[in-house]
Amino acid sequence: MSIDAATVRHIARLARLAVGENELAPIAGELSRVLDLADQLGAAQIDGVEPLAHPHEQTLAWRPDAVTEPDRADAFLALAPDARGGLYLVPKVLE
Amino acid sequence: MSAYGNWQPVIGLEIHAQLSTQSKLFSGASTAYGAEPNTHTGLVDIALPGTLPVPNRAALDKAIRFGLAIDARIASHSVFARKNYFYPDLPKGYQISQYELPVVAEGKLAVRLDDGRTIEVAIERAHLEEDAGKSLHEEFHGATGIDLNRAGTPLLEIVSKPVLYSAAEAVAYMRTVHTLVRWLGVCDGNMQEGSFRCDANVSVRPVSSEKLGTRTEIKNVNSFRFVEKAIEYEIERQIRALENGERIVQETRLYDPARHQTRPMRGKEDANDYRYFPDPDLPPLAVTADDIAAVKATMPELPEARRKRYVDALGLPEIDAAQLCADRATADYFEAVLATLPGEAKLAAETLNTQGALHPDAKLAANWTLGEVSAALNEAALSIEQSRVSAPALAQLLARLREGVISGKIAKDVFAAMWGGEGDADAVIEKRGLKQISDSGALAAAINAVLAEYPTQLADFRGGNEKLLQFFVGQVMKRTRGQANPQQLNALLREKLK
Repeated sequence: MSIDAATVRHIARLARLAVGENELAPIAGELSRVLDLADQLGAAQIDGVEPLAHPHEQTLAWRPDAVTEPDRADAFLALAPDARGGLYLVPKVLE
Repeated sequence: MSAYGNWQPVIGLEIHAQLSTQSKLFSGASTAYGAEPNTHTGLVDIALPGTLPVPNRAALDKAIRFGLAIDARIASHSVFARKNYFYPDLPKGYQISQYELPVVAEGKLAVRLDDGRTIEVAIERAHLEEDAGKSLHEEFHGATGIDLNRAGTPLLEIVSKPVLYSAAEAVAYMRTVHTLVRWLGVCDGNMQEGSFRCDANVSVRPVSSEKLGTRTEIKNVNSFRFVEKAIEYEIERQIRALENGERIVQETRLYDPARHQTRPMRGKEDANDYRYFPDPDLPPLAVTADDIAAVKATMPELPEARRKRYVDALGLPEIDAAQLCADRATADYFEAVLATLPGEAKLAAETLNTQGALHPDAKLAANWTLGEVSAALNEAALSIEQSRVSAPALAQLLARLREGVISGKIAKDVFAAMWGGEGDADAVIEKRGLKQISDSGALAAAINAVLAEYPTQLADFRGGNEKLLQFFVGQVMKRTRGQANPQQLNALLREKLK
């Protein structure tokens, strides 16, 4: 499987990663090699095998519907680079 | 030809119903609305590294409940997926949702339209997902404030197929879902608080075409009226554009109620590339036949079934039945009134099933529930569960009315007194001396006095002016302070005037 520079640019944008124009081609090559490696799995015989959503043979454990978390807003907000009036502050987001 | 000339609009709705759980979908933080910002968050909700989500059983049960109510397939095996996008009110960088294998699939819902038609709306899926936090753009210069109280709140996203063909159909469907989720107790339906909101996918195509046109999505409209107006606007905008030879661009648009128009959202050009994949933190969700049976055992009679029963078994008009069943608490109140109406009415109710007779007091109970009770609740801004006149208390009042102890007009006064806290119907009637005068001697005396007082009118009447009958009725009512039995008064008066 081959990834081109345009795909790398698109994925980088979705992931909000700064990738320079001169880096696109080398990264495309590296990612292609990673995918080629994974593509070897395509040779496996999988007729009649259910798609796997999780490697362990287990299903979800549930919890009962109860409020168990105390209010730790002050401690949490103290972790943030900026907070005011009980809110986390981030650079202005345009709507 | 449609209402839109040679064009047919096609609409699908994505409804987000907040599931009415105490705690969040994947954490034990509270979901209560209106708390101080960020006080209802846990380690999972703020996405601290190393924390793991543990799903809330009640959210699953509510999803199953909804699935059963729309006659859907409940998946024995479904999968939580990560929907990846970056936004500051989504601290993990992804929303846990369901993609390929939703818990509820292929349902349907009968929707009654205002014009009396009923349509069956196919529901493609309903899946569990977590809500995001809230961004507050206004208060801080150059910064956005983030409140994560809502982050992780369980949502059921209910996706209809594109089978709605007008704004009116779309809104009728949305109302029906709104009634249903409240009826089932899976969502409080509070639209002001955002517990029930809707995205609309709108496209138009030539009437002759089978192929769907390019659609636009109108985001997050939170009132029935605005959904209708936003869809109307969007249909007309698209038809205008197509008739001018333009192409429709697939995009997300926001509705601006102040200007009554939709406009494209900025900065979301890549928004539909979410790179879904199964969430490795959450193994597949297994639902057994026993799980489904346990939920099924707690299912109430559904609104459509109850509405039908009110028409078929109780003999109520369609419109009354539909109004009573718009809300489960109202329907329950009505039934409690009927069940406690004493005496012959109760007897009649007991013979209903065997003889197929219609309930003699159903119409009376419906009229009062939808009339006096509803009006008083509206005025006091109370819900029917908070009614100051309980169902048994109303039943007593209606029994006195039916027995002829009081007239319909007096009954309304008694109701007002009961609402005002003056006691039950019997106490008010006794204290205020409101018993209807059915004693023919007393009535005759009142009539004689009135006829003696108005000799001119009496002569006119006898001269052929029959309209004056109502004048005499009014005068006798006035003299008896409204307590004369109307039927008896009419009969006696006609007798005397002969």
